[in-house]
Amino acid sequence: MTGSMIKLQNLPYCKGCGHDLIAKNSTEALEKLGYNPLDVIAVTDIGCHGIIDKCLNTHTVHGLHGRSVALGAGISFGTGSKDQKIVVFVGDGGTTIGLQHIMEAARLNLNVTVVVHNNMLYGMTGGQSSGLTPKGFCTTTSFKGNPFTGYDICKLAHTAGARYVSRIMGVGNITEAIMKAFSQEGFSLVEVMEICPSYGVKLNPRRKLKEIVEESGRELGEWTNDLPPFLDRQEEKTANLLDKTPVISKTFNHQLQQPYSLVISGSAGEGVQLAANIFAKAAMSADLHATQKGSYPVTVGVGFSTAEINVSPEEVLFHGISVPDVALITSSDGLQHNRQRIERMQQGKLFIDSSLTPPNTGAEVILRDFRSVGARNAAIHAILYLCRQTKILDESSVYHIIQQEGKADKLPLDKIKKAMES
Amino acid sequence: MHEKNSNDQVLIDGSRLIIESLARAGADAFIGYPITPANLLYLYGSQRMEMMLPAPDEITTVQWMAGLSATGKLPVTATSFPGFALMAESVNMAYMMELPMVIVLVQRLGPATGTATCGAQGDLLLLNGIMSGGHPVPVLGTSSFEDCWSLSARALEIAVTQRTPVILLTSKEEVMTQKSFDISRLETIKKVERKEYAKDCCDYKPYKPTDLVPDFLPVTQAEHQVRMTASTHDQDGILQHSSPEALANTRRLEEKIRTSMKEDYLFYHLDHQEGAEKLVTAYGISAAAAREAVRKMRREGQKVSLFIPKTLLPLPPVYLEIVSGYRRVVIAEENMNNQLGSLLFGQKLPENIRFVGNLGKMIAPEEIEKEVMS
Repeated sequence: MTGSMIKLQNLPYCKGCGHDLIAKNSTEALEKLGYNPLDVIAVTDIGCHGIIDKCLNTHTVHGLHGRSVALGAGISFGTGSKDQKIVVFVGDGGTTIGLQHIMEAARLNLNVTVVVHNNMLYGMTGGQSSGLTPKGFCTTTSFKGNPFTGYDICKLAHTAGARYVSRIMGVGNITEAIMKAFSQEGFSLVEVMEICPSYGVKLNPRRKLKEIVEESGRELGEWTNDLPPFLDRQEEKTANLLDKTPVISKTFNHQLQQPYSLVISGSAGEGVQLAANIFAKAAMSADLHATQKGSYPVTVGVGFSTAEINVSPEEVLFHGISVPDVALITSSDGLQHNRQRIERMQQGKLFIDSSLTPPNTGAEVILRDFRSVGARNAAIHAILYLCRQTKILDESSVYHIIQQEGKADKLPLDKIKKAMES
Repeated sequence: MHEKNSNDQVLIDGSRLIIESLARAGADAFIGYPITPANLLYLYGSQRMEMMLPAPDEITTVQWMAGLSATGKLPVTATSFPGFALMAESVNMAYMMELPMVIVLVQRLGPATGTATCGAQGDLLLLNGIMSGGHPVPVLGTSSFEDCWSLSARALEIAVTQRTPVILLTSKEEVMTQKSFDISRLETIKKVERKEYAKDCCDYKPYKPTDLVPDFLPVTQAEHQVRMTASTHDQDGILQHSSPEALANTRRLEEKIRTSMKEDYLFYHLDHQEGAEKLVTAYGISAAAAREAVRKMRREGQKVSLFIPKTLLPLPPVYLEIVSGYRRVVIAEENMNNQLGSLLFGQKLPENIRFVGNLGKMIAPEEIEKEVMS
């Protein structure tokens, strides 16, 4: 499809509005650069600037207030290397609410051009101050002049890594200036300074746009970064996540007649989850069903680490454990986290590191120096000791899984075996 | 109960099944923002999906997804309530623009930040009211590893065929706990076929429906003009205040979801026991306890039926008929307020409906059993 980018009749703007100028000059810039209308994806959002899309002959995507840059970013990820131009229109209000989106698009240097329609206030909603309203500029929410300094969006975008940024006055012919922004490879942003005829002009009588911009300290100009445009760099992908979970084949037998629940708990970083995982898989190698649930504080590197394991000859439908058949406690963190349920145990066994004082419990208490093989190995030591004492699993099945999982070199197995004999 | 008869036993979590299923169904982009307890989904998404992009926040996440979707990609993300809350307006946008995507919502204990590492079932009513205007957004709830597999692919299918965001509702324990599982019993997932507009036909109107759903064309093609908008719009995708054509379009959005979800995408499990007058009803993580409770009670000679809703929203009308057929119904849901019950019955629960709830821990089978037997 070739032809005009824009239907010029009935542009929807108030007389004297800079948005009208931007619409005409932006589309002229695209035409001069040789784009056909459907080579262009125009992304707009809420604000007076956004009602232009019905006049455009390009693809148009009209999103949420302030989110057009993020929406355009998403489109740019999807267009990839296609020779399409993504033009994003946003107002100063949208820039305020969507500042993060602009920073992110600039940081990643996405192939997008953002045209900021900065008329220094929220025009559609009644002339309120925005984050880009200059200090001293009068709006309907600051009749005596905005007491705050506005964002310098050009400086922010440039600092974030934008390939090309410019600030221009929204008067006269601005096609060439916009063409320059459109011609960049990577992220470009052009801020067009305007004054809203409905609110800005009325509330700031006798002040000229040029004077307002100058007094605000917003320099006109161009700023560049010599940075490459976005390139999608994906890491190597796996073709099938299920291939990453080893199939556990039946190698051993079990004597278990009913479900068996185990809680193993110690301190973070002491191999509790690994030991639990090995135990669960060892159970599976004996043709048992197994579940493993981990619990730890939000900061995973400190405090307790608890694993709840169920093994059963039949499918475990519910994996929660209120009071376990056996508790293995290898540190004070683990004891603290499980004290209450150990106290509720009426039967079963409590294997607990000999450095700890066992709580009152109906379980048989077995004290053992699990930490003698080093704190990091206490949990696997406890699992092996449990197997030896209770015969719940064949000890060999645990060693079998340790081998199969490639952990044999990482665990001091000789040391653990020796400790088991003592 | 499934008896073990295969050598393909693996120790696996639901997150892995969900992502692999979505990928096989055709999802090709994962947009991630880290949040507990959805991080395994992010990890697997980054490993498996053709494209993974780390977003700087959850608003950006869905905006990027919408942009990708407009180009023909099928994006997925995973989050929990704090992230989902930020996504709400953008989900509305994608719904209005009719852009396919799947959001896996992993429930955790709220309100607000609540407890990140504690499961919950507190978000059903939130999802029921997430769309301004009360429009329904499709929500499927997983209640087993089989569901993580089959419903995930279905979620993507719904997203594509109905051109809508779809929520896959799950919870911490479902996606993080590892269980032995025979992967040889998983059904084959077919790639979702995507119907595009027949380009040489006639003038394309982006929101002119065929069987309630408009034909899709990506903004990456240059033969037909595509307009998408979050604002009330006519079939051309042009913003309208409230023209008859535009309001008809808004009505259609509701109708297409309600129609398809009560017919083509109605998923539930009803295990009716002959002669049973009691029914245990649960979805999500509480379905595990419900299954166990029913297994135990039946072994003890009790007659009890089990109902596990999987199509959660819009709530299928048939659910009310199902639960109405029992003298006593026990609903188990891990929250304080019986959200499923209030969707079924409103604010006044009939006397034969009992609720088992919990806060901060999973409902145990014994709690359900107690209520059934009382």
